[in-house]
Amino acid sequence: MATGTEPQQNTGPRQTAGPQATGVRGSTRAAIAAPHLRKDRWWLAPAVTVLGLLAFVVYSTWRAFAGADYYHAPYVSPFYSPCLADNCATMKGGPNWALFGQWWGLSPALLILIFPLGFRLTCYYYRKAYYRGFWASPPACAVAEPHKTYSGETRFPLILQNIHRYFFYAALLVAAVLTWDTLLGFRNAEYAWGHMGLGTLIFLVNIVLIWAYTLSCHSCRHIVGGRLRHFSKHPVRYRMWGWVGKLNERHMLLAWASLISVALADFYVYLLATGAFTDPRFF
Amino acid sequence: MAHVERHQWDVVIIGAGGAGLRAAIEARERGLRTAVICKSLFGKAHTVMAEGGIAASMGNVNDGDNWQVHFRDTMRGGKFLNQWRMAELHAREAPDRVWELETWGALFDRTKDGRISQRNFGGHEYPRLAHVGDRTGLELIRTLQQKVVSLQQEDFKESGDYEARIKVFQECTVTRILKEDGEDGDEGGRVSGAFCYERESGRFFVLEAPAVVLATGGIGKSFKVTSNSWEYTGDGHALALLAGASLINMEFVQFHPTGMVWPPSVKGILVTESVRGDGGVLRNSEGKRFMFGYVPDVFKEKYAESEQEADGWYEDPDSNRRPPELLPRDEVARAINAEVKAGRGSPHGGVFLDVSTRMPAETIKRRLPSMHHQFRELADVDITAEPMEVGPTCHYVMGGVDVDSDTAAARGVPGLFAAGEVAGGMHGSNRLGGNSLSDLLVFGRRAGLHAAEYARACAGGRPAVGAEQVDAAAAEALRPFGEAEEPGADGPSGATGSTGASGVSRGGGRPAQNPYAVHQELQQSMNELVGIIRREEEMSEALERLGDLRERAGRATVEGHRQFNPGWHLALDLRNMLLVSECVARAALNRTESRGGHTRDDYPEMDREWRRANLVCTLKAAEGRGERAERISLRRREMPPIRKDLLELFEKEELIKYLTDEELTSE
Amino acid sequence: MTTAPDTTSYDAHFKVWRGDVDGGGLEDFTVEVNEGEVVLDIIHRLQATQAPDLAVRWNCKAGKCGSCSAEINGRPRLLCMTRMSVFDRAETITVTPLRAFPVVRDLVTDVGFNYQKAREVPAFVPPRELAPGEYRMQQEDVGRSQEFRKCIECFLCQDTCHVVRDHEENKTAFAGPRFLMRVAELDMHPLDAADRQGLDRQSAAQDEHGLGYCNITKCCTEVCPEGIRITDNALIPLKERAADRKYDPLVWLGDKIRRRQG
Repeated sequence: MATGTEPQQNTGPRQTAGPQATGVRGSTRAAIAAPHLRKDRWWLAPAVTVLGLLAFVVYSTWRAFAGADYYHAPYVSPFYSPCLADNCATMKGGPNWALFGQWWGLSPALLILIFPLGFRLTCYYYRKAYYRGFWASPPACAVAEPHKTYSGETRFPLILQNIHRYFFYAALLVAAVLTWDTLLGFRNAEYAWGHMGLGTLIFLVNIVLIWAYTLSCHSCRHIVGGRLRHFSKHPVRYRMWGWVGKLNERHMLLAWASLISVALADFYVYLLATGAFTDPRFF
Repeated sequence: MAHVERHQWDVVIIGAGGAGLRAAIEARERGLRTAVICKSLFGKAHTVMAEGGIAASMGNVNDGDNWQVHFRDTMRGGKFLNQWRMAELHAREAPDRVWELETWGALFDRTKDGRISQRNFGGHEYPRLAHVGDRTGLELIRTLQQKVVSLQQEDFKESGDYEARIKVFQECTVTRILKEDGEDGDEGGRVSGAFCYERESGRFFVLEAPAVVLATGGIGKSFKVTSNSWEYTGDGHALALLAGASLINMEFVQFHPTGMVWPPSVKGILVTESVRGDGGVLRNSEGKRFMFGYVPDVFKEKYAESEQEADGWYEDPDSNRRPPELLPRDEVARAINAEVKAGRGSPHGGVFLDVSTRMPAETIKRRLPSMHHQFRELADVDITAEPMEVGPTCHYVMGGVDVDSDTAAARGVPGLFAAGEVAGGMHGSNRLGGNSLSDLLVFGRRAGLHAAEYARACAGGRPAVGAEQVDAAAAEALRPFGEAEEPGADGPSGATGSTGASGVSRGGGRPAQNPYAVHQELQQSMNELVGIIRREEEMSEALERLGDLRERAGRATVEGHRQFNPGWHLALDLRNMLLVSECVARAALNRTESRGGHTRDDYPEMDREWRRANLVCTLKAAEGRGERAERISLRRREMPPIRKDLLELFEKEELIKYLTDEELTSE
Repeated sequence: MTTAPDTTSYDAHFKVWRGDVDGGGLEDFTVEVNEGEVVLDIIHRLQATQAPDLAVRWNCKAGKCGSCSAEINGRPRLLCMTRMSVFDRAETITVTPLRAFPVVRDLVTDVGFNYQKAREVPAFVPPRELAPGEYRMQQEDVGRSQEFRKCIECFLCQDTCHVVRDHEENKTAFAGPRFLMRVAELDMHPLDAADRQGLDRQSAAQDEHGLGYCNITKCCTEVCPEGIRITDNALIPLKERAADRKYDPLVWLGDKIRRRQG
């Protein structure tokens, strides 16, 4: 056409650099070489996440395998409660349930830690955190990920994330035991009731955060009421769903707060057990 | 001329807003193959901007409501200039149209007993607006969109093709309605299709169909301060004129009283009337609730006289009269205009609209979420803590295609239908808030229904689309690219409207015009000279300027090529905006009274003699005239008398204010 | 009428991507900015003064229609809701089209993927026994779906989601956050009768719409201009509902028994 305005026939997608050019650098997308154009410090959040989680992993691995310095009457480290093996320190009135008997030779923490670990590993918040931080899938929003293929949680092993709710049930039991442990903290070293020390306070804070984190879980929100179709027919569950929802908005915050508090509670017991520190008693 | 693709359909619907989609659903459900063509993406139509709600007398909140009351309110709002039959059908059918949306998945806010909640609005006697927060238009468009998709899913199950019986041509523009070749000129020729181009590629195509429904919305983009989106260039109005149909009531343009006034880049964006319906009040710079001083005589008995009484109404509407902030829109807009002129305006030239002192912050956020969001994001104003600044903004055109009330068929052009804002008559001289969405649904359905019946009746002998018409339309569309097209350049004779731009020679030697600049000047002129308050000299000057702009628009040229070229699109839309603006200015100049959306400084009173008159615009044959020549001719037409049983819904004392003695005695 | 002092105007530096599927690049512009303006205003000024054929999609200019989606400084945003005041005056602002979809021209992309996915989600199924006007629903029962119906279909969530942004091949299997949210909306609709047609939306979410691809990294929620909590309120509940169906023997058994009784 004389005017040259007739739309050109599509010549098809342009030739691209090589077979690996996919995603944002694919042949049909706007031709921009950079994997992303973000100018803010997008890498900060995943970096902090990685450092925080790594620090906890290192610390907890050391403490879990140690098999020592986890009890100082009346406090038991949350890493070792309940104690399911025979090789535990005797804790008067405490969580000594040797279900595994005498054959277990490793640290008793390893038996019980599977459950809180599983709970947190399959938790919807932690999943986001480590997928972004460790897997870079994606590293941050609108920042291209380095992987060639991606199948998400459709296949083994990640499809197992769907069993989060069973870990939630287990976490409820563990939280119940830790609550009992906290109550036992209202004794003194001679197991007489009606006393309180700094440790009791730390345990109290910890258990509140543990419960808040556990109850703010997305699975919990679903089980409590989210699965209903007609809230109006279940006013009590609707109200509970509302409360859990409020907590759930702070799930990330609670995940970190309870992670830190549980490590602190354990470290406090360690300090007491090794004699590095003496528990200040209030009454 | 290059080959232009042709597609055959039964019904073509131009516009995919509320009216267009409702029409499409109806036509498809009647078993006809239906094409919808729209300028934006599917689901982005201007209907999403509607905030307040859909007026329908379901009586869910106050069971005193019924269609008669709704009819009465509508007639009062329109100052009795409404096509009464349309107002009647609208009031009768609106509830069914709303309920039907629920069966398609719409989720309105609920009353305690689980029915659709209804809210108060200006000019409505009872709480009547079905709503979803303040995003009712979005709910409406999404529901209709999803209904269209569900029909496509049915077709897919049956035929393996989603688009077998209903297809949306998105991001396409229609530039001409095509008609079968008449004997001489086009008198009486039937509609045969539409000439379109794809915005993305610039490719031309023709949709052949015996029935075409216009559902293109309004004309607000001819004004500078407007709540309307870029799409509102009056396409349907202009297409109808060019196809030989006529427009009525074009002098009535609604200025919504509350648009944002600051920052400049968002000036005109709507602040929903629900703000006032839910308790917001208007104050001037002296802190005075000035609306009490602006209640006109015709509404005196209906509105509160003191702040105390007005405030009592929200809680106890039975023993208090409503606050004057809830007067019909034309009254409130004029009042704001007067306050600002008297020097009692806000810093940025508006007045204050305050909810922050009237409701707790939480309630505001819940009931007016998008207003809260809009002001926070665009103006840095927290409406829960401080008042908004608002002023009038061009919002809606009451005028439109002259249609048959029952069938929505455009008079004088067989096969052409119009529904929604592009159709005229329903709202008289002023539209009530909430009546627009119900109008879309009621008359969208009717247009779809009657277009389907008409198309079915044509089944045997469909009107043909002549090749020369297509060539002429293509040549017209290509003009802005400079050098004229090869064969058709010297005035093809068979163009649809022989008056089309095709007869105009390109200005050799004169400087090319930037379409953006022409558009800006048009907006400025209309806003200043044919705006909310009008004067004879100003309107005459406007017509003068429009002549200039018409000539310059003929020289508008664009760079680049046809692929997604916004400059080209605008250059084509200019034709429509100029035609429509001329209708508005000419009709406004002619009507020597003030009524509803038409306020004359020089004729400030309402005149009962004018009540019966419609001003009808048609296109002039322009052969042999210059580019500056007027394109529109105007005539006065008497309206049919209001049916007796409908008149009896009103008190005699009220009718006296509107109707002439002769009309009253002729009962 | 208010003549704002000119001190509020300044010249900003922009890089705008121009081109089409055959190629293109970032072009530099220097353009005037006035007080209170948003990025879309600047793009319009470019059109009116420097680049009349610069293609951009827009419509309402009030954050209600979701047309003007693009990426500003690498982040998916609405052009009309990004105020110029959030940027430093000296900063060069980069505007590109959405990078998850095929480019058409300049800032306009082909968003057909989304319309195709919309068609793949089975529509609302009205309960047969209720005539229009007989629907009764409580506000608390419609609240969840209403949140999702705030969606303006700007497709920013679809654009930012790495499942399709970084992996074109997943586009066939994965509906994307917007349309998984649509599944959730219908599944939470108090009167949807899909199950009576043998349609199990909860299993379908995983089997038909690729819910498993979502690894809940929440970028969709981060970019949503309507503030819809897509991940927490739609996607995760949907994952839990799918788990009810597929991975929870207790729930599965309970439903079986109840259904037999019902």
